[in-house]
Amino acid sequence: MDFLWDFLFGPFVDHGFMRRALVACLALSTGSCTVGVFLILRRMSLMGDALAHALLPGAAIGFLLGGLSLPAMSAGGFVAGVATALLSGVVARFTSLREDASFAAAYLTALAAGVMIVSLKGSTVDLMHILFGSILAVDDLSLALVAATASITLLGMAAIYRPLVVECFNPGFLAAVGVRGSLYHYAFLALAVLNMVAAFQALGTLMALGLLLLPAVAASFWARQVVTMALVALPMAAMSGLVGLLISYHTSVPSGPAIVLVASLFYIASLLLGTNDSVRMRLAPPAHLQA
Amino acid sequence: MTAALRLVDVTVAYDRHPAVHHVSVEIPEGACTAIVGPNGAGKSTLLKAMVGLVRAVQGRIEFPRRTRAKIAYLPQQSDVDRTFPISVLDMVLLGRWHGIGAFGAAGAADIDGAMHAIDAVGLRGFEQRPLSTLSAGQFQRALFARMLLQDAEIILLDEPFNAIDARTTADLLALVRRWREDRRTVVCVLHDLDQVRANFPHALLMARELIAAGPTEQALTPANLLRARAMAESWDDTAGICHPSAAA
Repeated sequence: MDFLWDFLFGPFVDHGFMRRALVACLALSTGSCTVGVFLILRRMSLMGDALAHALLPGAAIGFLLGGLSLPAMSAGGFVAGVATALLSGVVARFTSLREDASFAAAYLTALAAGVMIVSLKGSTVDLMHILFGSILAVDDLSLALVAATASITLLGMAAIYRPLVVECFNPGFLAAVGVRGSLYHYAFLALAVLNMVAAFQALGTLMALGLLLLPAVAASFWARQVVTMALVALPMAAMSGLVGLLISYHTSVPSGPAIVLVASLFYIASLLLGTNDSVRMRLAPPAHLQA
Repeated sequence: MTAALRLVDVTVAYDRHPAVHHVSVEIPEGACTAIVGPNGAGKSTLLKAMVGLVRAVQGRIEFPRRTRAKIAYLPQQSDVDRTFPISVLDMVLLGRWHGIGAFGAAGAADIDGAMHAIDAVGLRGFEQRPLSTLSAGQFQRALFARMLLQDAEIILLDEPFNAIDARTTADLLALVRRWREDRRTVVCVLHDLDQVRANFPHALLMARELIAAGPTEQALTPANLLRARAMAESWDDTAGICHPSAAA
């Protein structure tokens, strides 16, 4: 029993950084669930991935100027993410290139540029740190950033919820009643970038999307409505953070991959066992009804 | 007869090729007008120009008696993502957009109105059903319920009965008649000429240019219909620039 206690709670009792990392993960989960659900509903999962990678060169320039300083790297990441979102939208609108193609191009460029810039000044350890995250880096300042992000996200999503839903499922109606849907689209993208910036301390730029997207994807196998999807995604994201941190602590692997892998387990379990369109429902469909 | 909206020399072009060419016409107020014409005649484009979804490269569209806000529009191919998780009631409630907007709450009166509209289109009991479970006909009924709730003075319908069965069409046409009795202005793109003759006192025959407009029996004469068909659907790559004098 003592062993179990030590295993599960010891790290958080003994170490301040583990407590901060845990609180950061929980706050992150709270905000990013709604964002993740909308990323899926807008069929933007891969674009979200590209956006997350686009943070890297910004964070890298921040690193170049300010070293491993959170405000510098976060500000750089945010600017780079928003710039990529805007640029890809503009490129898609003014050329015949499809938006997914322009996002893929942006993502490759960003990843290459980011790794180059970090390598110019930093060590391989710094690079690993930025790419895959490090819970050691979560200090009070990052905690404040994550908490602020979660608050802004919840308030922001509540504010733009209705136009965003309509923009998702019937943009023509929004245009016909004279509302500029793109405005809300970009507000949503800004919130998504903000969440990834907040996530990249613990998860790294390569995995920043993991805690946003995987629980939301998993939730889509259980829930059919926007709100219930977010509510199902939330505990899965929180559990992924908790269990991932424990694995990272006990096995000394980077926290990002550990947290994201646990979230993947939730995804795989939901894919197999969920109540909507899961493997289980495909293999053993319940008997059909009379009418 | 007063005009609900007036088109003055309207031209709408895609890639400089006119889809609607120098059309001047008045849509009578409080009546049902059908827009008829072959495929590619610019009927849908004309409706989109009236809603303001496409811009006229020349000419103007006037609403002599009201602001543009009171228009309801049903596109031909609605861009609704029917897999999106939203209930029929929530979708219909969007018809109150001008009342509750992006941020207001739907009050008891709004929900009551939506329930009545859902009832009126024959979807009672479907309020909480997700959109994804509706058939094409039921979905069209839901879209009509949303328009009922919009309480618009001008209602623009683009081929609303495509791929809709006879019974649903009859039910929805009854709603159109109700709008007519309410003295609302209805403009509807249709292909079925019998439907037009039976339900629409006014007609507007298009073939990129306006062929005829007026009382249905006078506008849809065999000679006019033949002329409309003869107007090529072709998109002439070598077409020269249209000078105002040439069109007059």
